[in-house]
Amino acid sequence: MASFEIALGAFGLGLAIGICGAWGKLYGSPMVRDLFGLYTTIVRAVPELVLILILYFAGTDLVNRLIGLLGYAPVDINGLVAGICVLGVVQGAYSTEVLRGAILAIPQGQIEAARAYGMSPGLMLRRITLPAMLPFAIPGLANLWLIATKDTALLAIVGFNELTQTTRLAASATKAYFTFFVAAGILYLTLTLFSNAIIGRVERWARRGQPSIAETR
Amino acid sequence: MTPEATALRRAAKASLWLQPHRVILMLAAVVIVLAAIRFMRWDWLPAYLPLALEGIWRTVWLLVVTATLGISLAIPLGLAQAAGPPWLAVPARAFCTVIRGTPLLLQLWLLYYGLGSLFPQFPWIRESFLWPYLRQAWPYGVLALTLSYAGYEGEVMRGAFAGVPRGQLEAARAFGMSRWTAFRRIWLKQALHRALPTLAGETVLQLKATPLVATITMIDVYAVASRVRQETFVTYEPLLLLALVYMAITGVIVFLFRRLEARILTRLG
Repeated sequence: MASFEIALGAFGLGLAIGICGAWGKLYGSPMVRDLFGLYTTIVRAVPELVLILILYFAGTDLVNRLIGLLGYAPVDINGLVAGICVLGVVQGAYSTEVLRGAILAIPQGQIEAARAYGMSPGLMLRRITLPAMLPFAIPGLANLWLIATKDTALLAIVGFNELTQTTRLAASATKAYFTFFVAAGILYLTLTLFSNAIIGRVERWARRGQPSIAETR
Repeated sequence: MTPEATALRRAAKASLWLQPHRVILMLAAVVIVLAAIRFMRWDWLPAYLPLALEGIWRTVWLLVVTATLGISLAIPLGLAQAAGPPWLAVPARAFCTVIRGTPLLLQLWLLYYGLGSLFPQFPWIRESFLWPYLRQAWPYGVLALTLSYAGYEGEVMRGAFAGVPRGQLEAARAFGMSRWTAFRRIWLKQALHRALPTLAGETVLQLKATPLVATITMIDVYAVASRVRQETFVTYEPLLLLALVYMAITGVIVFLFRRLEARILTRLG
């Protein structure tokens, strides 16, 4: 179940980065805006696999050097934490874009009304922006969650023991490749279908009170 | 528009782009690049350059082949889901769900290790003319990436086919076009136009999926980078260069799709 934990942690971290990033990209100073633009462009243009390698090795190395500078013995960084951080940084770039689009989709009048009421930016974020953008953001975020569950498989390459890696080890030990890979596939698929059902309910909850839109496709 | 006005507009655009903070950022970037060239180890580069070029070529080849095959599979898949009879629509939807619901790495390993360990058990496969190919890694890589692209694009094409207004198809039939001509001239074309921006994004995603084939011993540009790292013990430089190469390829893909989009005169309602 390490896969699930990593996916959940990475998605949460990505969401936190995404909220900051979307806020920075929309309302930040020009410098902040450009830096976030650079971050999202680079992360979205480079394969996750390469990013994971760079962040995994460079990240653990950097942390150990920092700790060394502070005069402590180097620590062995927990694979789970490293995995969550690495995938979280990747997810953050995507969720920044999703949330930015969702915030832009809020009718401008609602935010102006909140400002006119004299709400502080924090209160406005909590009471108006986040709830109002949720229906627009949920389809994109749902996609991101599904990507997060599947990206955990990539951690197999840095030798982390999650579902795919364990499956390969078990399969090569027993020579029953087909059985194990199909079983793992079914596990991932169940997670996806289960998530889809939950996301459908959440979306209906987030859209409550909105006039129903006829299927436009 | 007069030439002066054009020049004025261009200057205005440039000054908008060249704001002070951007200049500082660019200077910082130049300093970082120079520092990277000066202080990092690049002496391995000349020795591995031919191999790296070969790897880049193989990555691009893989991308083009799988995207082409994948889209030609995705069109019937999307059509089956959008307008096909149930006995075609249900398997097509099941295929897309399974492909989209499992990690590509798992599919790749299932095909390579699973099928690869299954095939030698059948003598008639070993004796067939296909065996020399089936013993290599690349058919499995191409197959897995093609199926994955087809699965995702099948879903995109379903939406695109369903999004073409019915009136267009009825008009085509009223002109006396046969079903096939109407499909080719009206339905497919309009669906592709609609799907083009999504397809551009999906193709970038496909590019980012290609390094996975390195895990089944295909030598693409990613595999070259990891080989450099193993042989020379240089840790970060090959990875940074690799990231740069992928960003360049992404830029080319985005540019090509933009050209394609600009060529098509669309008037979507």
